[in-house]
Amino acid sequence: MPDIQELQKICSQVRRDIVRMVHKPQSGHPGGSLGCVEYFVALYFNIMKHNPKNFTIDGKGEDLFFLSNGHISPVFYSTLARSGYFPVKELDTFRMIDSRLQGHPTTHEGLEGVRVASGSLGQGLSVACGAALTKKMNGENTLVYSLHGDGEIQEGQIWEAAMFAAHHKIDNLISTIDYNGRQIDGDTEDVMSLGNVEAKWQAFGWHTMKMNGNNIEEVISGLNQAKAETGKGKPIMIIMTTEMGQGVDFMMGSHKWHGVAPNDEQLASALSQLEETLGDY
Amino acid sequence: MEKTLPKFVSTEKKDTRSGFGDGLYELGQKNKDVVALCADLTGSLKMDKFEKEFPDRFFQVGIAEANMIGVAAGMTIGGKIPFTGTFANFSTGRVYDQIRQSVAYSGKNVKICASHAGLTLGEDGATHQILEDIGLMKMLPGMTVINPCDYNQTKAATIAIAEHKGPVYLRFGRPKVPVFTDPNQKFEIGKALLLNEGTDVSIFATGHLVWEALKACEALAEEGISAEVINIHTIKPLDEEAVLASAKKTGCVVTAEEHQYNGGLGESVARVLSQHLPTPMEFVAVNDSFGESGTPEQLMEKYGLSSNAIIKSVKAVLQRK
Repeated sequence: MPDIQELQKICSQVRRDIVRMVHKPQSGHPGGSLGCVEYFVALYFNIMKHNPKNFTIDGKGEDLFFLSNGHISPVFYSTLARSGYFPVKELDTFRMIDSRLQGHPTTHEGLEGVRVASGSLGQGLSVACGAALTKKMNGENTLVYSLHGDGEIQEGQIWEAAMFAAHHKIDNLISTIDYNGRQIDGDTEDVMSLGNVEAKWQAFGWHTMKMNGNNIEEVISGLNQAKAETGKGKPIMIIMTTEMGQGVDFMMGSHKWHGVAPNDEQLASALSQLEETLGDY
Repeated sequence: MEKTLPKFVSTEKKDTRSGFGDGLYELGQKNKDVVALCADLTGSLKMDKFEKEFPDRFFQVGIAEANMIGVAAGMTIGGKIPFTGTFANFSTGRVYDQIRQSVAYSGKNVKICASHAGLTLGEDGATHQILEDIGLMKMLPGMTVINPCDYNQTKAATIAIAEHKGPVYLRFGRPKVPVFTDPNQKFEIGKALLLNEGTDVSIFATGHLVWEALKACEALAEEGISAEVINIHTIKPLDEEAVLASAKKTGCVVTAEEHQYNGGLGESVARVLSQHLPTPMEFVAVNDSFGESGTPEQLMEKYGLSSNAIIKSVKAVLQRK
């Protein structure tokens, strides 16, 4: 298993992949992708028990991950490729015609690592609940992970699923909210204030935790703590604080890079801030 | 030899939703991967027998249909075959995007089972009487759409769809209607059933309208009109061969369904015919309007979905041959 230094190197490479992926088609969502790099790298290179070389939709005997806020597909795709699900060079086809790397993740083109389509927000928690229940029915002690945007919890279906998971004691589920405080139209507090997010999940019967999502060591220890809380009758929600655009100075500090691609000059500037560690695709 | 007039008999009246409930129960016994989810309408969907016998495979989701569809999609990951149950209105329009993204586009093996479809829901009125669901569901790529005609066929269809890999929309209803199909039938998805051979006109009917079509056929025979009646229980994929063969033989067509004209069986039949064999057609369906409160019989008569309406359409289409 890679050590912290190696994980940090992977993070740097994933960030390079993200900005290059959205640059080529001049389309995609770099902001949230950059903010969630440590979470993805921790999950796929340290936390999850999974089988990248022999992908099946059913994933029996494996931990499963569901990306509910599908627009951060660049970080998902880069992590999947870098952990061995499909060739890294395929990242070059992101959002292009005939690609398996659709703008938002889908099972439709048979891309290894994706188990459900997402993009239309608010649906992934329900799907994760269903998959977690099937794990239980199948007698597995594996876990299900899901990631959600903070803006995404404005969707009503999230709270239907929140109630459902607690009622059915889905305690093999570790969900995380990317709490960056920003969404397309601005800060979440201005667009539709989320209030006390942690208190809301607690009130819905979840075990809640907080962690800093932009520190790989804290993410790993946070996810390990979450794992220790599984099997205790409650679903788990991690409120993960991140910085949108993390790692690229001009993309940080606002919502403006939620869904905008860098131009040539901006790409060069971004890449100059991110070390090429594993080789660009 | 004296020509015998067609006569169709029904031994009893039963609701198609009970066909679903009994089919689901039977499936529960023979297929351990079958799981069921219900949004607070277990009694209405007749899912209580399954719930009682297989509590570990039954999931109450409360009044949260969007979540139910998503959970069902997730349950397929790992090999379960989820059957969701609620009214047709809440099974389709209310959760269209969930079905589109998490089920259809994701190719998930979810069986969306919808009761109380159409006007025959009755007294609850238009808020619950969905007449657009066939259209909504048939437009989704990869979705199979089935509307069986009686208790026996609904039970057989319920059992059959578990063997089919892929999303299915199974539509049935609330009222007790005549039972007239074989209790031991094997249900074949996508295979139209010839119920009466005829030479003058083809009547393609689905769901509750199949019995009405048979009654119309009997009355027309007494007037010397020979109607071919075909039960289109599967609207998608449509049995195009059966449609074309019958239309070629009779030269005119009437479709009958408990649904809007727009998006219904009639449009599917019209597409096939207009492309391959332009044929005069009339449509028995709801004319771009909402329903209202009333008894099922009153509503079917008022909105033109009875055997009388079929007879009228047959006579109209015969004029255009």
